[in-house]
Amino acid sequence: MELVQQLFNGLVSGSFYALLALGLSVIFGMLGVVNFAHGAFYMLGAFGAFVLLDTVGLSWWLALLIVPVVLGVVGMVLERLLVARLLRLDPLYNFLLTFGLALILQDVVRLRYGVASQPYPRPALLDGSMSLGLFDYPKYQVFVLVFSIVVSVVVWLVLARTRVGMIVRAATERPELTRSLGIDVRRWITPVFGFGIALAGLAGVLAAPMRAVNSSMGADLIIVIFAVVVIGGLGSVFGSVAAGYLVGMLSAVGSLYVPALSQSLVFILMALVLLLRPAGLFGREEGVHA
Amino acid sequence: MIVTRLAAATRGRSPVVRIGLLVVGLVVAFGLPWTIYPPVALDITAWALFAVALDLLLGYTGLLSFGHAAFWGASAYATGIIAIRTGLPFYVAVLGGAVVAAVIALPVAMLSVRRTGIYFAMVTLAFAQLIYFVANQWRSLTGGENGLQGIPREAFGWDLTDSFYFYYAALPLLLLGFLGAWRVVHSPFGRVMVAIRENPARARALGYPVDRFKVQVFVISAFLAGVAGGVYAVGHGFASLQEVYWTTSGKVVVMNILGGMGTLWGPVLGAGIIVVLEDYLATAGIDAVGTITGAIFVITVLVFRRGIWGTARHLLARARRRGRPSADDADDAADAEPLTQEPSPTPAPQA
Repeated sequence: MELVQQLFNGLVSGSFYALLALGLSVIFGMLGVVNFAHGAFYMLGAFGAFVLLDTVGLSWWLALLIVPVVLGVVGMVLERLLVARLLRLDPLYNFLLTFGLALILQDVVRLRYGVASQPYPRPALLDGSMSLGLFDYPKYQVFVLVFSIVVSVVVWLVLARTRVGMIVRAATERPELTRSLGIDVRRWITPVFGFGIALAGLAGVLAAPMRAVNSSMGADLIIVIFAVVVIGGLGSVFGSVAAGYLVGMLSAVGSLYVPALSQSLVFILMALVLLLRPAGLFGREEGVHA
Repeated sequence: MIVTRLAAATRGRSPVVRIGLLVVGLVVAFGLPWTIYPPVALDITAWALFAVALDLLLGYTGLLSFGHAAFWGASAYATGIIAIRTGLPFYVAVLGGAVVAAVIALPVAMLSVRRTGIYFAMVTLAFAQLIYFVANQWRSLTGGENGLQGIPREAFGWDLTDSFYFYYAALPLLLLGFLGAWRVVHSPFGRVMVAIRENPARARALGYPVDRFKVQVFVISAFLAGVAGGVYAVGHGFASLQEVYWTTSGKVVVMNILGGMGTLWGPVLGAGIIVVLEDYLATAGIDAVGTITGAIFVITVLVFRRGIWGTARHLLARARRRGRPSADDADDAADAEPLTQEPSPTPAPQA
């Protein structure tokens, strides 16, 4: 029973991993850029919700709508102004650029709000708990899990079934060929980057009522996300999401049996994956896509 | 192309310039505690060796390790533990710490070299975080969040309580580290490193076991980072979680790109600038190290990718060519922008 509940806890924290890894993967697929600032945008998402509530009293539901859109636009501007300049060069330059951005964003928020966590109440509709048959569980956590699965499925459907998704996938796999077919790949780079950032912001808004809202909330998380995408196979949308939930459950179960190791388990799993399947659990061999 | 690049790299500078630089470097190294606060002087020199250690990987082999804090920090802890528990001279403790760093680096390197480019950076970062969590959890050994306090500055009964004297006691160790890095770069082994950076596929085709070379460079680099971290820990008298945290990895990377990676002197310069800047900010009570370090990252990467030393060298080379109109373009290859080896995963979209 405790195990089942712990697995469920793992799925809930895995929801955040999955959403963040999804955004990271989509951006990587389209631009070949690993966005180090992804954790910082997650943090900004949570702060966005906090500021909207604190200053204008906007509800969490509205924040869930507004914040990702705003951050998505910020991401698009950022891509145009900075990231695009380095796209022709080794992807490590954009990794370093976004690392610098992450430091700045985190520090600016810290200077403004300090290091203490900001309070954020649960939305009234999702307060309290509900019965899941075997045990009672907070409604909010259930919502987070369901919502993240819905978002992941929708993103997957968009990529797999729509014309836009087809173009994005084609541009990811064979950019020159796609271009030579008369498709303007460039047009999609900025929106895709913005979309990835919006997903990070969305995860941040989701986190606000259940995690500590502070300037460093995305700092350690981004490294776990890196391990997640290495495990799942960066650029593999399905792999990132699946690895996200998997890592969440692994850490949760780990904290039950080997509490001292619970934070390290994700990295140990990453080491195992590198040893046995370097391209990631769901990734394709290097050379084709990495 | 690789041949011309190698030839250009081999040609090097004239011995006069090289010896001149060496003399200037030594004068600075020995004169530093006279001109600035000795503990800061020690920080500069230790960070400089740390940055040079990373340069072996980043600048010369083209591998961005974003987890070098693990080795600097692991050695800081190991050095401290050896010094506290055995009371041996700090030289022994530091070397012991560096060996521990190298031993930890071996499995990390063997796993990390299974991926290249951006993955390598992410994987090393993740492993460093693992070391961080271990240091955080293993309280009986590391002191957890309190850190490891009271590391003695013991060496043959010398009185080293004054940081001024400790600097000179530690300097030979650090200079040996610089010498080691210099030897590695200017050796046949170092040529292979550059070949791997320029074109790993061709290096492999020429019969070099590329991955084994990468692991070897990684371990050497970790050892030198360990020497630096050990000296740093003894100098400060403590080792804290900060030493293994990823911001420390980021700091040593920014020293490299600011100073100019792949130049050895550049990272030294970068370390000097960053340490002095942080000291200035702390003294002036400006609490925005993250913003300023981040801004340095962004600006350097956008407009200044060769770094200070690399840019200076590039400009010098161009000036020299102007007086020599017959020079071919191949000369330029020697000071081409660093980090151009791994073809981008999605062949660069036209931006």
